[in-house]
Amino acid sequence: MSYFKPINKHPNLEKNKLGLTRRDYEGGVSTLCAGCGHDSISACIIEACFRLNIEAYKVAKLSGIGCSSKAPAYFLNASHGFNSVHGRMPSIATGANCANEDLLYLGVSGDGDSASIGIGQFIHAIRRQVNMVYFVENNGTYGLTKGQFSATNDLESKNKYGEDNLFPPIDLTSMAIQMGASYVARSFSGDRDQLVPLIMGAIQHKGFALLDIISPCVTFNNHDSSTKSYDYIRNHNEAMGKTDFVPLGEEIKTNYDDGSSVEVKLHDGSRLSLEKTDHNFDPTDAGKSLELIREKNKEGKIITGLLYVDNKCKPLTEIMDLPDKPLNTLEQDELCPGSEILEEINKGLS
Amino acid sequence: MLDKKYLFKRNNVWWVKLAVPLSLRSELGYDLRRTTGETDLDKAIPIRDKIIEDFKTEFQIRKVNADDKGIVLRGTEHMQKTDISDPQYFHKVVDCQYACPAHTNVPEYIRLIAQKKYDDAYMLNWESNVFPGILGRTCDRPCEPACRRGRTHDKPVAICRLKRVTYDYKNDIDPYLPEIPKVKNGKKIGLIGAGPASLTVARDLLPLGYEVTIFEKDNKPGGLMRTNIPSFRLPAEVLDEEVYRIIKMGAELKTNSYIDSLENVIDSFDAVFVGTGAPKGKDLEIPGRKEASENIHIGIDWLTSIAFEHTKSIGKKVIVIGGGNTAMDCCRTAIRLGADDVKVTVRSPKSDMKASDWELEEAIDEGIPILDNTSPKEFLLDDEGKLKGMKFEKMEAQYTDGKRKLIPTGEEIIIECDDVLLAIGQDNAFPWIEKNIGIEFNEWDCPIVDKTTMQSSHPKVFFGGDAAWGPENIIWAVAHGHQAAISIDNFCSEVDLFDRPPPLTNLVSQKMGIHEWSYDNGISQEARLEVPHADLKQALSDLKMEVELGFDEKLALDEAQRCLNCDMQTVFQEKLCIECDACVDICPTDCITFTTNDTEEKVREKLRVPALNLDQDLYVSEKLATGRIMVKDEDMCVHCGLCAERCPTGAWDIQKNNYIEAHNLNKDRVKAKEVA
Repeated sequence: MSYFKPINKHPNLEKNKLGLTRRDYEGGVSTLCAGCGHDSISACIIEACFRLNIEAYKVAKLSGIGCSSKAPAYFLNASHGFNSVHGRMPSIATGANCANEDLLYLGVSGDGDSASIGIGQFIHAIRRQVNMVYFVENNGTYGLTKGQFSATNDLESKNKYGEDNLFPPIDLTSMAIQMGASYVARSFSGDRDQLVPLIMGAIQHKGFALLDIISPCVTFNNHDSSTKSYDYIRNHNEAMGKTDFVPLGEEIKTNYDDGSSVEVKLHDGSRLSLEKTDHNFDPTDAGKSLELIREKNKEGKIITGLLYVDNKCKPLTEIMDLPDKPLNTLEQDELCPGSEILEEINKGLS
Repeated sequence: MLDKKYLFKRNNVWWVKLAVPLSLRSELGYDLRRTTGETDLDKAIPIRDKIIEDFKTEFQIRKVNADDKGIVLRGTEHMQKTDISDPQYFHKVVDCQYACPAHTNVPEYIRLIAQKKYDDAYMLNWESNVFPGILGRTCDRPCEPACRRGRTHDKPVAICRLKRVTYDYKNDIDPYLPEIPKVKNGKKIGLIGAGPASLTVARDLLPLGYEVTIFEKDNKPGGLMRTNIPSFRLPAEVLDEEVYRIIKMGAELKTNSYIDSLENVIDSFDAVFVGTGAPKGKDLEIPGRKEASENIHIGIDWLTSIAFEHTKSIGKKVIVIGGGNTAMDCCRTAIRLGADDVKVTVRSPKSDMKASDWELEEAIDEGIPILDNTSPKEFLLDDEGKLKGMKFEKMEAQYTDGKRKLIPTGEEIIIECDDVLLAIGQDNAFPWIEKNIGIEFNEWDCPIVDKTTMQSSHPKVFFGGDAAWGPENIIWAVAHGHQAAISIDNFCSEVDLFDRPPPLTNLVSQKMGIHEWSYDNGISQEARLEVPHADLKQALSDLKMEVELGFDEKLALDEAQRCLNCDMQTVFQEKLCIECDACVDICPTDCITFTTNDTEEKVREKLRVPALNLDQDLYVSEKLATGRIMVKDEDMCVHCGLCAERCPTGAWDIQKNNYIEAHNLNKDRVKAKEVA
């Protein structure tokens, strides 16, 4: 087994504005099972960061426990990382976000970490509008403990050993929209043309961005009776129109006829251009989004794409009116109001 | 406004897109793209200009190359599934082996060296190229410029020096030599000339029971290997060991036997092979040539007379005229014979010189100046009629449409000298072949020889080595010898000469466990190792002292670890693929892409990194479940096997492509395989 990738790369590899190639955003060689969907997601994160010219040292990767939570070791080697207790990543992210809003927070979690043990943490991070990208690498199974059902596994889906699932699944996207998440998308690890622009949009979005990514577990949940296998997702995926991420200052190059696309402006001025489909769908209307998700779930379809976006939301640090600068860079004169102000306050109290 | 001509933007980086000129579309077929690597337009513009200039020269060169190599772009059709059952497909991926005229299995013997199995490594070489010790010192190394490592890293693996290692570190290999039948098959074969081509024919025929007689005009066998390669490059004991090994296999050697009439010998044999080389050095007919002839020597004849110790000295000031390897051997020999001012003059620019880079370098390292663009005009004589110098004219090279033209500048220079050595080319000459015995010659007095069978227009007479199509090098003579031996065997067995044995190939999975393969993919990322040299001062004072010392064992093992194992092929089975993209993500050189099918031109463009090297094939799969195809650009693959390691279903497998060119020594194996 190889633990290292040869260091040489293709001489004609593309470079981004920072002069870096895709390979400069890589991490260690994955120790997840060969073919794991999580590895594809890592590759998409690498691609998105490369294309957005992100400086790796300005990124914090946070995770809990599970196969998904191992994944941050396999991308962005030069970034900060925090591997928390099971299900507690959202709290760590909230604290870190308050202390330093300059960093880009990538939370990587799974269906067990977010929909079971950490569901309370998950909900409150959404409610508080923590400015982060929250990846749920959703495979519907507890892969690290030999393939038990997780809380997102569909009712009709059997496990690898042929046992029936007795309980209905939690739909994380609907829940997130209801709790006030301002960017909600669902995608499939095997469709990187869709996933990469969604990640890029989520990174540029200010506020809580949830990416619920169905990521087949090749070892425990890729069998014929699974609803989260590569084949099943490919056959039941109902993708919304194509999403294009358009960086600030670039013209839209997609060829949709006038009126056939919806455009969403993100906080930094970059835009998401969504191809319209016959769903007659407006991603800024939460009610319609919830309706569509419910409808498609009933039909047995998995709807993927950008499901909801609120580009006017206020992130946590603005709500709490926290200083713009990271706390650890605040000097004494910024922290201490001075004796004059203190006296005024004291006067007010007397 | 900045000039954006030929530029387009892709992910913020400016790329150059250049349409191929109409006249070249039939060869190249499509537009080519290359990144400038710059995001700023004003920085990208000068890079664009350079790229366009490079493209233009590349087009000119490619036009020539495309003709030579027969590159055919697969037109307007969508790409077809690659046929890996064609042994040539994976053979071509092993760049070194494909480039070698004898198709020696290079990666295999380098792996054997890495395992310190020097005897096995030597025998693998010996079967294929007959003279590993000699070639390990003198080969022209077509394998090295072809080496994949030159594309993926910096410099190629030192393949030739590793070949020498197999000779230097082997033990007694006599027990492994093929058995020679005591009862002969009754067929007698005459070989004329005891050079590498004839010796190869002898080696290939003796184990089959042929009676072989070799005629040699000199008193020792070896041909050009003995007479023209100085012993400071090839020590006599190495030469003797490998040449006499073949003689000892039972060939009858007749030395000092110059054949002056083919007609006289042809009836004594069932077939005759002519391997007499290209023994006639070209002369330079300019004023003063006749008058100064005493001090003007034909390079190859001069080297021969030194090899047989007839010549032992030369003047103090020597001019060597010519830019090939013979010129390099002449100048380095002259300096060892006591000349203290040796100059090489060549008409063309240095970059166009025919000498191998390393031989040129060695000459320069020994302090010999190379005067390029210098064309000889006249030999100058002193009052007593003795050579005192030469007049040259400076030339200038002009390139139009990729063709070079040397234009005289009118500037003349005079160089003093005592002796001149002419190394401006060689011809083959057959004054001893009667014109009326059925061997046809072409307008340049070269025999008409079939490229496949090596047969001349006389069915009993075969040619090979330099005698067939003019000067090449030893490894080509060996390759010709193998083919001639197959033809002679067919001819004597009354089998059609074109009914030739196919190569022995097999493609076997190397899987040893879940993530284990049988070979070491942890290749060294180090730069090419330098070979140790003898002390220059000592070397220059001794004509017989070998200059290159060869790798010691540690260097050899380190260098062997640089080999990428290109014979370990990535084999793809579309039925097993679930399109999880794990291979795409892990590939260190981004050579795998899953995309929709299209014409080759379009597919080459839309890969993760556009595939611009047209000499290298694309490995294309059948349509997969999602309608896409898998395309792998063979150009940059480092054969690390990580695609197979990360493949959950075994759709990728690493299989060793063992390709062995057919020759008489493995005739039994070829036959057994055909039966099976």
